[in-house]
Amino acid sequence: MAVVSLEGAVVTSGGYPLLAGVDLVVEAETLTVATGPNGAGKTSLLRLLGGLVGLSAGRASVCGVDLAGGDRRALRRRVGWLGHEGSFYDELSVRENLVFAARALGRPTSSIDAALERVGLASRSDTAARRLSAGQRRRLGLAWLLVRRAELWLLDEPYASLDDEGRDFLDALLADVVAAGATVLVSAHDPLRSARLAPRTLAMAGGRVVADRPGGSR
Amino acid sequence: MIATALLVAGKDLRIEARSRVLLWQVLPFGVVALVLAGIALGPTRAGHSDAGPGLFYLVALFVTLLAVNRSIRIEGASGTRSSVATLGLDPAGVFLGKALALALELWAIGAVLLAGSVLLLHAGLAGTLEAAPSVAVTLAALAAAGSLYGALCGREGATTLLPAISFPGFVPLLIAGERAYHSALAGGALWQWWVISLVALAAYVALGVLLYGVLEESW
Repeated sequence: MAVVSLEGAVVTSGGYPLLAGVDLVVEAETLTVATGPNGAGKTSLLRLLGGLVGLSAGRASVCGVDLAGGDRRALRRRVGWLGHEGSFYDELSVRENLVFAARALGRPTSSIDAALERVGLASRSDTAARRLSAGQRRRLGLAWLLVRRAELWLLDEPYASLDDEGRDFLDALLADVVAAGATVLVSAHDPLRSARLAPRTLAMAGGRVVADRPGGSR
Repeated sequence: MIATALLVAGKDLRIEARSRVLLWQVLPFGVVALVLAGIALGPTRAGHSDAGPGLFYLVALFVTLLAVNRSIRIEGASGTRSSVATLGLDPAGVFLGKALALALELWAIGAVLLAGSVLLLHAGLAGTLEAAPSVAVTLAALAAAGSLYGALCGREGATTLLPAISFPGFVPLLIAGERAYHSALAGGALWQWWVISLVALAAYVALGVLLYGVLEESW
C-alpha cells in the first residue's frame, strides 16, 4: 500500500520553486533516504509530506490525505517530524516535553518511560531540554516520535550531531520502527553508509528526483 | 478545544515559571516605569493629578507588549513550530490557551502595578480597589488582543511590528480602562466603560477562535 503518492508535485516560495515536479511513490513499512546537496529540495519534500507547506501544483496524497484539498491538520497528527533545528520547548524538562506531546495527541503517558529508555535518556528525564547536548537533543526528538507512534516518520538530517554510537543507535531504531509498521523518510547529504540498513535512495537536485535506487541492495 | 487550551496554558505558565522572564525582566521594567512616572509628576502633584490612571495603563501597555513578545518567542524557533504543528492541535484551543496564560501573567503584574499606583502615584486606595475588577477585564482583553496580534506578527523578524500593528486594537481597550479607573477614583459610574471592555474582550476572543488557525498557517 502506498503511503506517499506524488505526481508532478510543485512547491514554491516567493515564486522560487523548492520542488519542481516530483513524482514519487513510497510503500508502507519502508525506509527511504533522500540525498543531495544543499538546496536540492530534500527538506522541502519532507515538509510537503508532513503537511507543513502547501502544494503549489501537481497531485499529492499522504497517508490517504489529499494535500491539494484535504485536511492538513488531520495529516499532521499522523506524521512525526524531526527537523535539524531544536524541536522542543527548551525550558521544559525532557519528560515534560514528552508529556506535552502525548497529551496533545491523546496518547498514554505511560509510554514515556519506555521511550526514554529506548533512546538512552532515562537518566536525563528531569533535565531541561536546553541543557542537553546536540546529540542528546536528537535523541529527545526520537523519543518524541516514539511517544507519538507516528505512521510516517520524517527525519531531516537526523544523523547530524550524532557520534558513531549514536548513528548505530539510530540505524537500529529505524530498522525497528519500520519492522513495527511505520514508514520512514530521511534526508541526508550523502547516501547512508550503514552496515545495517540498505534503504531505497533518492538522489535529488534542483527540486527534482534525478535518480532512484531501490532498497535491499548495496 | 478546552482541553487543548488548558494544555497550552499550562505549558506556557510552566515555561514562564522556569525562565522567570516576566518576574525578573518585565515586572521590574513596569515598576521602574511607574517610579519614573511618579517622579515626573512630582511629590506635590501626584496625589492630585488626573494622570494616574493614564500612566498606569501606559505602563500596562508596555508590559503587555513585552509579555506578548515573550509569548510569541516561546513558539518562535522554526523547529519547535514544525514539531508542534505536527501535533495537529486545535488552533482555537491554542489561541485560548495562550490568551489565558497571558491574562494570568498580566493579572499578576497588574496587581503589583496597581499597588504601585497607590504607593507611587498616590492613587486613592478605595478607588483603586473599586477599579480592580475593570482592570482585570481590560488586561484580559489586552491578552486576547495581544495573542491575536502576536500570531499576526509571529513570522520571524516581524515581532518588532507588534507595537505598530496592535496599536489600533489596543487603543479602545486602554481608553475604556483608563476611563473606568478614573471614574472609580472620582467616585463616578463605571458600568459604561465596563461594557466596552467586556464587549472588546468577547470580540477578541471570538476573533481569535475564528482566525488563529488562519494566521498560524500563514507562518
